[in-house]
Amino acid sequence: MTSLVVPMSALGDAVSWLGDLSHWQGQNGIPILTYQILKLSFLALVIAAAIALPIALWLGHVGRGGALAINITNVGRAIPIYALMVVLAVGPLGLGQRVTVIALVLFGIPPIVTNTYVGVRGVDRDTVEAARGMGLTAWQVLWRVEVPLAFLLIMTGLRLAAVQILATATLGAYFLAGGLGFLIYDGFSRQDQAELVSGAFLVAALALLVEGLFELLQRRLDPVRRTDRAGGVSVPRV
Amino acid sequence: MGPLASDCLVRNTWVCPKYVRTRSSDLTAALTQHVELTTVSVLIGLAVALPLAVVARRLRLSSLLLGTATVVYTVPSLALFSLLVPFTGLSSTTVVIGLVLYSLTILLRNVLAGLDGVAADVREAARGMGFGRTRLLLRVELPLALPTIMAGLRVATVSTVALTTIGFLVGSGGLGNLIQDGLQSNFKAEVLTASVLCVLLAVVADLLLLVVQRVLTPWARSQS
Repeated sequence: MTSLVVPMSALGDAVSWLGDLSHWQGQNGIPILTYQILKLSFLALVIAAAIALPIALWLGHVGRGGALAINITNVGRAIPIYALMVVLAVGPLGLGQRVTVIALVLFGIPPIVTNTYVGVRGVDRDTVEAARGMGLTAWQVLWRVEVPLAFLLIMTGLRLAAVQILATATLGAYFLAGGLGFLIYDGFSRQDQAELVSGAFLVAALALLVEGLFELLQRRLDPVRRTDRAGGVSVPRV
Repeated sequence: MGPLASDCLVRNTWVCPKYVRTRSSDLTAALTQHVELTTVSVLIGLAVALPLAVVARRLRLSSLLLGTATVVYTVPSLALFSLLVPFTGLSSTTVVIGLVLYSLTILLRNVLAGLDGVAADVREAARGMGFGRTRLLLRVELPLALPTIMAGLRVATVSTVALTTIGFLVGSGGLGNLIQDGLQSNFKAEVLTASVLCVLLAVVADLLLLVVQRVLTPWARSQS
């Protein structure tokens, strides 16, 4: 019985922890910690996109570097984020926001590069040829044909990067970079289970919110009207 | 000066053979735990993913299952492990459950994609030859889906090796424990040695699975 009772009371403790107004105020209050992690993640996503998008669009457009564009994701998967952050922190960067932002950018780049490349390469070659035949310049082919048709995969790359970056930003608390991960860090070090579970719940909710927001943007901003939507949900006919 | 100055442990250098020599039992223990956590998690993930995918396809619930798996995958590992603490405490069980949930997501996606990729006329031919549902699944669909399933297994394994390090949170992170200790004591050799071992482990596991894939699917070799 106890194994069932303990989690239930943990849930109750977390709810009352979240309901305590003092946890919503001050430097380590929930609003400031949320603002910190969002600011850090947004900054990293913008830098990662500014680096990854031009490279991947260009590689996809000229059709070169496919192995590089695909393998960067495989390599990124094999490197433990936490290990890299510790190496950077013990090494030249020290603790703080710098090491966190650099790790966030590094791990945000691979999904953007791979998905954007695959998206642009996946555009029907006949369509590209037709656009060229109509006299469009290389630049126009990229912006008016390839990018709109690859839009869904480009957005998928950005969404995966955003979720990845947010997850890594949570780890930033262990490198004194603040953010919502602080509640998990502090909860563990003070053995305060209510704080720990509350922090974990807030982090999970924020990640799902960001994921949902990107799904919405992906649908709303799609410049192409598609009959068959990649990744769409097919409803079974009964 | 003298012998102390040339001691890499004293100078706190990144590469230190003396560290590897004197702490080899720590390193072996951490590596063993890392391999165990990863293997157990991926195997449980596979054992759950295969039947779950088959049942979901029969009930036409594949997209619902994939949607649920994506939600789990979106939750950051730090949060997932923490949310399990009230249930399983500071134990390796917490890490294994978390890692199973992540590997399950990757495996489910690939098992479903592999089964969906079987051509309809192949299925028809098998049915025409009198194959029942189960024989069709075991003798035709699963073998044809094997390359996709193995690709998923490789991705899941490599990701799990990396993710196991986060288990340091609850004291069961394999090499992650050493990395965490190295951060707290500012011990460069410990951090780098454990990190490199972790990456090597991922590469070795990936190559091993590639060999297994080649052996299991001899027919795919000539095609790709």
